[in-house]
Amino acid sequence: MIEAIDLLFNTSLWAAVLRIATPLIFGVLGALLCERAGVLNLGIEGIMTLGAMTGWLAVFLGTPLWLGLVVAALCGAIMGLLHATLTVPLGLSQHVSGLGITLFASALASYLYRLIVEVGDLPPTIEPFRALDIPVLTDIPVLGPVLFSQALPTYLALLAVLVTAYVLARTPLGLAIRMTGENPHAVEAQGLNPMRIRVGAVVAGSALMAIGGSFLTMVAFDSFFPGMVQGRGWICIALVVFASWRPGKALVGALLFALFDAYQLRLQTVSEGVPYQLFLMAPYVLSILALVLVARRAEVPAALMIPHRRGDR
Amino acid sequence: MTKVLELHGITKRFGALTANDGITLSLAQGEILALLGENGAGKTTLMNILFGHYAADDGWVRVFGQDMPPGRPRAAIEAGIGMVHQHFTLAANLTVLENVMLGSEPLGRLRSARQSARAKLLEIAEKFGLAVNPDAKISHLSVGERQRVEILKALYRDARVLILDEPTAVLARPEAQRLFETLREMTREGLSLIFISHKLHEVMSASDRVAVLRAGKLVAERETAQTSPKELAELMVGRQVERPVREPHEIGAPTLVARGITVGEGEETQLNEVSFTVHGGEILGIVGVSGNGQAALGALLSGLVHPSSGTLSLAGENAAALGPRSMIRAGAGRVPEDRHAEGVVGELALWENAVLERLRTSEFSRHGLVRQKVCKAYTADLIERFDIRGATPDTRTQLLSGGNMQKLILGRVLSSDPRFILANQPTRGLDEGAIAAVHAELLAARMAGAAILLISEELEEAVALSDRIQAIVKGRMSDPITADAATPQRLGLIMSGVWEAHADAS
Amino acid sequence: MRLERRSTTPLGLAIVAPLASVVAALVLAAGLIAAAGVSPFLAYGEMLRGALGSRLAVTEMLTRATPLIFTGLAAAVAFRARLWNIGGEGQFFVGALITAWIGHGLGLPGWLGVPTLMLAGMAAGAALLAGPAYLRLRFGVDEVVTTLLLNFIVILFVGMMIEGPLKDPLAFGWPQSVPVDGDFRLPDLVARTRLHIGLLFAVAAAGIVWLVLARTVFGAEMRAVGLNARASAFAGVSLTRTIMGAALLSGAMAGLAGAVEVTGVTAGVTTTMSPGFGYAGIVVAMLAALHPAGVVAAAIFVATVFVGADAMSRATGVPSFIADVIVALCLLTMIVALLFTTYRVRR
Repeated sequence: MIEAIDLLFNTSLWAAVLRIATPLIFGVLGALLCERAGVLNLGIEGIMTLGAMTGWLAVFLGTPLWLGLVVAALCGAIMGLLHATLTVPLGLSQHVSGLGITLFASALASYLYRLIVEVGDLPPTIEPFRALDIPVLTDIPVLGPVLFSQALPTYLALLAVLVTAYVLARTPLGLAIRMTGENPHAVEAQGLNPMRIRVGAVVAGSALMAIGGSFLTMVAFDSFFPGMVQGRGWICIALVVFASWRPGKALVGALLFALFDAYQLRLQTVSEGVPYQLFLMAPYVLSILALVLVARRAEVPAALMIPHRRGDR
Repeated sequence: MTKVLELHGITKRFGALTANDGITLSLAQGEILALLGENGAGKTTLMNILFGHYAADDGWVRVFGQDMPPGRPRAAIEAGIGMVHQHFTLAANLTVLENVMLGSEPLGRLRSARQSARAKLLEIAEKFGLAVNPDAKISHLSVGERQRVEILKALYRDARVLILDEPTAVLARPEAQRLFETLREMTREGLSLIFISHKLHEVMSASDRVAVLRAGKLVAERETAQTSPKELAELMVGRQVERPVREPHEIGAPTLVARGITVGEGEETQLNEVSFTVHGGEILGIVGVSGNGQAALGALLSGLVHPSSGTLSLAGENAAALGPRSMIRAGAGRVPEDRHAEGVVGELALWENAVLERLRTSEFSRHGLVRQKVCKAYTADLIERFDIRGATPDTRTQLLSGGNMQKLILGRVLSSDPRFILANQPTRGLDEGAIAAVHAELLAARMAGAAILLISEELEEAVALSDRIQAIVKGRMSDPITADAATPQRLGLIMSGVWEAHADAS
Repeated sequence: MRLERRSTTPLGLAIVAPLASVVAALVLAAGLIAAAGVSPFLAYGEMLRGALGSRLAVTEMLTRATPLIFTGLAAAVAFRARLWNIGGEGQFFVGALITAWIGHGLGLPGWLGVPTLMLAGMAAGAALLAGPAYLRLRFGVDEVVTTLLLNFIVILFVGMMIEGPLKDPLAFGWPQSVPVDGDFRLPDLVARTRLHIGLLFAVAAAGIVWLVLARTVFGAEMRAVGLNARASAFAGVSLTRTIMGAALLSGAMAGLAGAVEVTGVTAGVTTTMSPGFGYAGIVVAMLAALHPAGVVAAAIFVATVFVGADAMSRATGVPSFIADVIVALCLLTMIVALLFTTYRVRR
């Protein structure tokens, strides 16, 4: 029991929180962007998988790490474009299309990976992002290692939160995105094309998701294996609801979730005799509980999942 | 006079339907043109073409002498056209300022210029007497205020020509009058206006010129001063449609009795201690501007919501806790407000909709299995009896016209000889022929002894059909007045909620 | 260009749609096969041969199709009521787990024990979906996310059980549950193959589901609720009862898939016993346009792809993940094809 509490005062726990949160932050921002424009993107799980694979693959084939991020983002954007094409101009079920994208992108990732790595081979590794110490700040006790000794993508994730929040709240584009999620007819009546805005938001959101996925192979691990996203995408979908579709709250949600995850991982090591699966289950259970807690007062974008047809009212 | 707007030979087809057929129309500087026509005459389609929501199949539009590219709302806005849609195009969760600003700035701009936008909005609001709080959320505004925002949106984009689609559909008469005064003021500021309407009296009182559409064609243009409501009515309907007349007859015992009914609580109170009685063989009309509790009243009498206090009895039995099916079993028939959303499942066949309410009765199912043959025969009978055109029991219900769909719903209700009938906006969106048919069915049911509660926003209809009338305002209901006493003045008064004052005066 | 609703869907089009979508998916996947340096014609030829080329191959394929029919029915039932049950995988596993648990050392004769196990599997699957359905009805929680997350929870739970209380002591440390008793193993349908009479159960289940959907009051109400919940409620259909009913039937079908797989094929439960039967069931249901008869055909197609791809992979070296790619592509092409059966393109 004492050990369990001691864990909370361990700096490495808190440093791990930001690390574990990073893919979730990207994923939840991406999902949030799509949903703010009115499109549910259940392709997230597959897009993260594909991002993880392609980012890794690019680096494995010799590109610099940053280019790996770009490649992952591009692949995510392509999947986003596919989802957007099916759900926006064609108005198909966002649920079914999203699941289709997840199945397709995951399968594609595994297939392409197997083209390069034979079954039975050891998974090849890359040289991942190393922690980027920020001079001076990293020497602050406790806070230094927790906040200022992270890998580049983690800083990017925090920046992405700021940018997304700013764009949504303060720019004409952000207003157009929010309005499209609330009432696409209003957008159309003001002379803008809500379809284009939706497609753009889904493409951009999907790119973010893929970057989130690439964190897994380019920072957290140094290799790819099928199924490595392990439901993080679905958890992001739950976190968006938990965050009431707000970027700031999404960051808080991702951090809380990561804290919990980091803690349960460490708790496993000091809990003899308790099946480790119970700990691994906890994050999923927590996600469901969070959904139940907020579902009643969720401020869902009014036009979420409602296809828009021109002139149709 | 200079022409600010010209439409020439506009034709628009939807499949087999020609919604607009070679329409040529123009608007002069400072003029108020009324576009008059029945539901389905093609008014809204025409205005949607003008605004660029649709592209016409044929014809052209010119604004201030410039050709307008078809199908681009943005081009219409830039040319100075503003449209106030009947169903407001506002985002309820955003503020007034946000709704107004949308689309007015280049999307690439890195920061919205809120301060200057707010100043401009307030200035315009001041100039045209359309007071508004820029930071209020739309969802907190009344219907009238929302309409004001719709108009401000157009003015903010420097509209010179304003199109208003059925602008008074959601307004009480005094509000509507104020609106038309404001619009008249606007023409003095140099704006030109088109408003769409199917109400003769407001066309007569508010327009300079009238264009009448019928079945997609422009059938007449008249200077308002040189025409009469009678002439316009004939032009609009084109054929002699006589609405049936209510015959006097004996009224029976109380069938549906509501006493002190409240629905919802606190801020959410939708009905506030309302009382009413409907007798057998009587039509009780509930009049009022939409959004004053009609929806809750409809839901209450459909068995979808239950009162938090008060009593409701149907044929002497307590009906306050009954759900839809028990309500039907107790002898209630319900015609819902929104045919498409509540009345039918559009994707299902006619026969499935016809029996959906009573699917679990032994007439239509046995041992949990649907008796399809019986159901279809029953539906074929309904089609015959209620003159539902262009349909077989297997037709997908969505394909019916509004009038025929309403006949199906009425047929489903009336075929079980209900003691009590709720008719919620039974003629909304129908053309004259269908309206007459619906009225005839309701009056026949009345003669047969049914107690009917008619909720209507069309005063003419309520007065013509009802034996007695009550007004509903902000969830409260006036005492009933008899149809004979229902003068326009008195109705206007009780509909603005001043029945208490009136009672004091008399 | 815009889409216009067709007044009726020609029967020919309804049949052509899934075929066209399959062809489109195969064409698209051909590019990926070519990327592996193998001729797509050769690869597809090998696939056909691997799945249908011999008696043994056909029985293997049908063995694989059996659980897919059940999970396809599960998805079809739920989707008809607009209940997004993506938890077929989890329901499959609870069905399998409870079957192994009860079926090990159950002192009943086979004729009584097998139905008991089937019912237990159905009950477990139904119970697992009842939770998300309740959360949606009571709290408005989106069932997509809850059913998906439950899949992960269930897999971990299965892992915990087969490493703990249900561990098979005879499996030499291999994580596997105790097997069901021999009396409860389903008889072979074709001697000396893995094909068991579970296939007949699956086909019968499709018939029963069809009867329920097309002929019963419950089925009619379910369709109505799925198409327009508000109008159905107005007409007095109980949304709670209908959606819960759909959830129970759907969950039961997926749970039954697990029970049949254990009694028919694996005897014990492992965490790797399903190559995504639950997820593939969604594709099966969509390819079938949610029609129970179509589910059987679609399951056979999907099983052909999976079994054929394994054989093809061994022969040509193309990764067998191509099967997942083809199946996923089928889902995407099918929803587009379905669109054109209900809409036509104008100008």
